[in-house]
Amino acid sequence: MASSTILSLGSASPLALLAVSENSKVPPQKVKFGSSGLTNSFLKAKGNSSLKSQSFGRISMTVAVNVSRFEGVTMAPPDPILGVSEAFRADTNDAKLNLGVGAYRTEELQPYVLNVVKKAENLMLERGENKEYLPIEGLAAFNKVTAELLFGADNPVIREGRVATVQGLSGTGSLRLAAALIERYFPGSKVLISSPTWGNHKNIFNDAKVPWSEYRYYDPKTVGLDFDGMISDIKAAPAGSFVLLHGCAHNPTGIDPTPEQWEKIADVIQEKNHIPFFDVAYQGFASGSLDADASSVRLFAACGLELLVAQSYSKNLGLYAERIGAINVVCSSSDAAARVKSQLKRLARPMYSNPPVHGARIVANVVGDPALFNEWREEMELMAGRIKNVRQKLFDSLSAKDKSGKDWSFILKQIGMFSFTGLNKAQSENMTNKWHVYMTKDGRISLAGLSLAKCEYLADAIIDSYHNVS
Amino acid sequence: MRTQFPPSSAHGSPSPTDRRLSALVRHLGVGDHSASSMESQDPNPAISPSATAAFSGDSVFANIVQAPEDPILGVTVAYNKDPSPVKLNLGVGAYRTEEGKPLVLNVVRRAEQLIINDQSRVKEYLPITGMADFNKLSAKLIFGTDSPAIQENRIATVQCLSGTGSLRVGAEFLVKHYHNRTIYIPQPTWGNHPKVFTMAGLSVKSYRYYDPATRGLNFQGLLEDLGSAPSGAIVLLHACAHNPTGVDPTTEQWEHIRQLVRSKGLLPFFDSAYQGFASGSLDTDAQSVRMFVADGGECLAAQSYAKNMGLYGERVGALSIVCRTADVATRVESQLKLVIRPMYSNPPIHGASIVATIFKDRDMYTEWTIELKAMADRIISMRQQLFDALRARGTPGDWSHIVKQIGMFTFTGLNTEQVASMTKEYHIYMTSDGRISMAGLSSRTVPHLADAIHAAVTRVA
Repeated sequence: MASSTILSLGSASPLALLAVSENSKVPPQKVKFGSSGLTNSFLKAKGNSSLKSQSFGRISMTVAVNVSRFEGVTMAPPDPILGVSEAFRADTNDAKLNLGVGAYRTEELQPYVLNVVKKAENLMLERGENKEYLPIEGLAAFNKVTAELLFGADNPVIREGRVATVQGLSGTGSLRLAAALIERYFPGSKVLISSPTWGNHKNIFNDAKVPWSEYRYYDPKTVGLDFDGMISDIKAAPAGSFVLLHGCAHNPTGIDPTPEQWEKIADVIQEKNHIPFFDVAYQGFASGSLDADASSVRLFAACGLELLVAQSYSKNLGLYAERIGAINVVCSSSDAAARVKSQLKRLARPMYSNPPVHGARIVANVVGDPALFNEWREEMELMAGRIKNVRQKLFDSLSAKDKSGKDWSFILKQIGMFSFTGLNKAQSENMTNKWHVYMTKDGRISLAGLSLAKCEYLADAIIDSYHNVS
Repeated sequence: MRTQFPPSSAHGSPSPTDRRLSALVRHLGVGDHSASSMESQDPNPAISPSATAAFSGDSVFANIVQAPEDPILGVTVAYNKDPSPVKLNLGVGAYRTEEGKPLVLNVVRRAEQLIINDQSRVKEYLPITGMADFNKLSAKLIFGTDSPAIQENRIATVQCLSGTGSLRVGAEFLVKHYHNRTIYIPQPTWGNHPKVFTMAGLSVKSYRYYDPATRGLNFQGLLEDLGSAPSGAIVLLHACAHNPTGVDPTTEQWEHIRQLVRSKGLLPFFDSAYQGFASGSLDTDAQSVRMFVADGGECLAAQSYAKNMGLYGERVGALSIVCRTADVATRVESQLKLVIRPMYSNPPIHGASIVATIFKDRDMYTEWTIELKAMADRIISMRQQLFDALRARGTPGDWSHIVKQIGMFTFTGLNTEQVASMTKEYHIYMTSDGRISMAGLSSRTVPHLADAIHAAVTRVA
């Protein structure tokens, strides 16, 4: 008896079932997804419980009564970065601007799917590949091209088979695998992270139970790099610590070390037998050149250092939701690399078994095909170029409008998707409350969400917040 | 030590060229008595690196040993190496057609076409909890469209990476927020279960499940072991098509289990990886879960679309936590986000899009149920054919468990020696616990397998 029940989203009534038998002559129709009672009461419940959340601690239950076992669970606060977009969506003001999450927007402030990505997906569709499980370490073709993209295909570390590459769930997932490796094989070793750094770094290491401490990085007085503080703090850390470095386009500050500074950092790390741990989420997006943006990583590899590198294709290939990235571990021998890879697999298996295939195939197709790769490089230059233009326009607007003589040139010196405006929490809140400009409370704005057309408005908002709010 | 190159001090800092030269010097180990970079050219260095050298050259990963191959995936590795034309891979937990090929469902291809050709689609980050309509529809699939728990908004559902990801997120949540950190898993169970739970921080115990004597359920043992579990402990239950045994409780036995679980205040955690695939009916295969929700109690459920939609590599699944009240469900969902964000931020979009597209279109949904039933029917037919073939050969023993067991796998009851002989003599690849994947069989290859089993049983102890 082949009768089936269609799932219905739009029904308010619990009895709105559609039962269709195999031989039914009912014409096919789309089941609409409309706002259902579920969504409405969910929003209501959410609103209420934030006012009355209490902490009960854990309740020990010996009898199954009508109290939930999870009664003591408190309402978690919204994510400081992803929560900004939620708030933005709820705002009905016409002038609103979302400079929260680092997702690229066109000049029309629309999300952007790269042409090469569309081409790759169409190719994949035509080929009609299967959907079998990938190996635990991911798609081999992807792993090959991602390591080559990062280190350069001719790099000795690649030719000598000294890189363990495992496909990961974008940057976050790759960082988490590395953190799990550190926790298991370097128990007690600390990770040094920059102050400030991407908000989720601390969460990743906390959940992985890896201790961390901060090294000085951002100097609010100069709105630049506190290089001496950075070197000093790295030197002061116990030997054999992991040093988390942003390969390029530091998030949230946009402030990168110069090439000379990178060499000094490499020296100090080598002196202390620290292990460099790069987060590369913007290769190609920072300067527009894939090779230039990888030079810090390549320098360290050339020094003969063993190092870890987490990669993400969220921004540079616009594959945000596909969750595609990799963790690379450069080892001093191919034997060590093989062993490390086998242990990374052992950590991935109990987390999600094997990674998703779709994004990996897209990257393998784009990076592995010379024509598509060149096309990608051009699209990347356009994206990075748009950001640079917006920086210039914002700087020009600020300089023209602000009569105080404040030096806004840091906007031009910073690199990548973000700018650290130097606005404090209260000033950032003013940006939102008065001007409907959504940004993170640390003063970070995503230039990827800014259009040339909105630069003057933003300049007004920044000047007002900076000068009139303390 | 570092006497060959300029000191990196703040005074009189060396030029960039000097730095690069000194880096090169260190790398080549020139004048430095450590064997540092020699290791990269010579895998077996005769010189052991000096422990006092600044860069001793000994890898920081020296204490990391080679991990063994995954036991299940290792079967396929061995199969691939075998040149025999009659080789058979019965280790794989993935559906194969009668021709022995992987299958992408027609309706999945249709959905994918729609998605890829839809110019309005973007690849923006999903929310941390995943795609909203996918979550709602997943919950309806397993709990039933008219489930009171859904009506009352008491279920927190989050999109996760297939079954494994859902189990891991659920386990991490329980470690953080639940008062009991012990989980009871059936003996035997899927090889990855203990690892998932242990990595999350749970302590793993087992309850008796499979009875080798009957090749069926050790119901008494199950009741005794769950009966003596501490109140509040977590219990892992396979919703249907138990992996690896294929032995499921009857409806009556499920009811008995439910009463015991509720009276002891145990927290059920369902693993549902085969809904629709076991019997061919989506509703029938969800009965166990729905029984536990109908009594108003709480439970967790991990869903996978790997097998029933053939979306293996897309990693689509969902974790649902059924709570007493909507208020609790809301808070639970907010805390699930804190587990997910530091693990992978948000889930992958492609597979969930495919599922949601199919679920939202009546025509496609129907097509799916038909294709799903065809897969389940082929498996059931293989069971019958194998059973008949063994009977025809007069193979000693009672082989009725082959048709009684359900789902993709059969626990043959063959021991490791017999399995090894089947591999050696007949090129049959399977896991050493005697589990075979019926999905890897076809009408053409059943006779060969029957011959192999017959030989193993009659010649090997």
